Amino acid sequence: MLEIRDLHASAGGKGILKGIDLTVNAGEVHAVMGPNGSGKSTLAQVLAGHPAYEVTGGSIRYRGQDLLELEPEERAQAGLFLAFQYPVEIPGVSNAYFLRAAYNEIRKANGLEEVDSMDFLDLLEEKLKIVEWEPDIMSRAVNSGFSGGEKKRNEILQMAVLEPTLAILDETDSGLDIDALRIVAAGVNKLRRPDNAIIVVTHYQRLLNYIVPDFVHVLSAGRIVKSGGKELALELEARGYEWLDDAVGAAS
Amino acid sequence: MTEAIVQEFEARSGAATTEAPEWLEPIRRAAMEQFTRTGFPSARDEEWRFTPIAPVTQGTWRPATGSGAALSPRDLAPFLFGHAEWTTLVFLDGVYSDTLSFAGPMPAGVRVMGLADAIRADGALLGRHLGRHASIEGSPFTALNAAMMREGGVVHVGAGVDLAEPVHLLFVSTAQAAGTAAHPRNLIVIERGARASIVESYVTLVPDGSYWTNPVTEVAVAAGAWVEHTRIQRESERAYHVGLTHVDQQRDSHYRSFSLAMGAAMSRHNLHVRLNDENIETLMYGLYLTRGDQVADTHTAIYHDQPNCRSWEVYKGILDGRSRGVFNGKVLVKPEAQKTDAKQTNRNLLLSDLARVDTKPQLEIFADDVKCTHGATVGRLDDVARFYARSRGLPRAAADRLLTYAFAAEVVDEVALLPVRQELDRLVLERLGGL
Repeated sequence: MLEIRDLHASAGGKGILKGIDLTVNAGEVHAVMGPNGSGKSTLAQVLAGHPAYEVTGGSIRYRGQDLLELEPEERAQAGLFLAFQYPVEIPGVSNAYFLRAAYNEIRKANGLEEVDSMDFLDLLEEKLKIVEWEPDIMSRAVNSGFSGGEKKRNEILQMAVLEPTLAILDETDSGLDIDALRIVAAGVNKLRRPDNAIIVVTHYQRLLNYIVPDFVHVLSAGRIVKSGGKELALELEARGYEWLDDAVGAAS
Repeated sequence: MTEAIVQEFEARSGAATTEAPEWLEPIRRAAMEQFTRTGFPSARDEEWRFTPIAPVTQGTWRPATGSGAALSPRDLAPFLFGHAEWTTLVFLDGVYSDTLSFAGPMPAGVRVMGLADAIRADGALLGRHLGRHASIEGSPFTALNAAMMREGGVVHVGAGVDLAEPVHLLFVSTAQAAGTAAHPRNLIVIERGARASIVESYVTLVPDGSYWTNPVTEVAVAAGAWVEHTRIQRESERAYHVGLTHVDQQRDSHYRSFSLAMGAAMSRHNLHVRLNDENIETLMYGLYLTRGDQVADTHTAIYHDQPNCRSWEVYKGILDGRSRGVFNGKVLVKPEAQKTDAKQTNRNLLLSDLARVDTKPQLEIFADDVKCTHGATVGRLDDVARFYARSRGLPRAAADRLLTYAFAAEVVDEVALLPVRQELDRLVLERLGGL
């Protein structure tokens, strides 16, 4: 589904990603971990097409297409979804309106008929259950005045409605208390399917107790320095990130 | 230009002595004298520094004398908020139209009529209020309006009356407005404990007519009254509009206004609100939407004369093309106006590199125990928000329209009356090219 080869990217002229290789297949959950500044959020943003990042080398193929050729909206229309670390507030536009606009744009791009607001409300009703939410959240302005937990939950609701093929969750666990974390993780688990894939970007192992990954990759200074199974996350939790730097340093 | 105006004034005064009651003539004459003394303001005048009024002051305008256009109610349907049954006073090219105006069922104690009728029929009400609120001092345009006033709407809501449905004052210009000046004068008196919604619209049936509208609206809000006043300026984009709204509020009253300016080559709206007693609440919202070479100028002044009052003001601007916005917001707090709570916000969104805004808060606070804040911003659409919307599948242009709409919606949402809010929403969407 996703093949990242020797990806280099920079922001404001400063190199951040320095040769990432990563392959993600349908049905898999990958965790990307690493200390602050290792480049894991940059990787998430580059995948979604954030214009502030410049890809300076390497390639990304997504479902047979050159992902880097696509505009952010084209990526979304092709089934890629980024759950933001800091979801944006849009006062003045209701959550329901925004989500329906997104849903319809994606349907339109895929040759499907747009749905009207009544049909969309029916669809929403089902999706709201995934994040254990009441419908009144939909009449509030997008993320406007939402708590940190509500914003993250809203990202997962969007994911539930847009049904991406590849979802990237960028630090979705940050700022969540344990109850919100449980709801958000349970929501993500309900959306796991054999034909989609999820990349979980996280600093802490905590989230991975709930969303159990098939693979764990550790990023350091813009490179994947170690990959393994879910037990790698536990090891990181126990030992921190420093031992990896030492190991990499010793190896190079 | 001034000499021509004086001549016209004399000609009409002479002919109209039978029509004008004794009490009115001195008011008009004093206003004319005031106007003759000062003449029009110039660009050197601080109040008009950013407002290109030369096309108005140097133009030659014939008096607006009504329209021979045979209009049917259907022609006006687009301006009626989907509620043709609301009481609506219609003025065609400056003159009241009896055939197009419509009076819906109204509670006892409410009177709605044209100013010309009111001058004949209700000297007592007019004597108490007409020209008593909007001062002609220091405002040549107001003085000129007072000298020329003949047409306009008068709304009087008696004590304790809840005017269930809004009253609409609708000023329509047709092709025959070209080259004319109209000076509508409105008087809105909401008595003690009454409740009313008033809509005042300036619209056109021809998109490119060049004419000038110089309206003055006086609003008297008595103790404990609640008033929502929506002003919609959708003149032709080649027209000129210079208007004043003056509001006097009494104890425990609530006045909320929303002002939309999206028409006219050059528009200026002065909104002055004086808080004459304690425990008054005033909400002032506005939106100017400009494109091409339009100029939209808003000057607001809120006079906190008494303690324990609250004023809340949010004006937003969305400017495209080479258009210009001007916002000047005065907040004057007298020494005795302790515990004043005043907040003023002006936010501007520039959609093009050539659009420009001059924004200036002006706080003059002479009391020490008050909470007064202000803030002004001029900016562009937020890149992060744009990326967020695009990452959800919205094409860039659609994302921009959505975010621009959102910027406007935040202030339009403050209009209490639902059909009016929906219509404002529609107007914004239409201007943005839909979502």
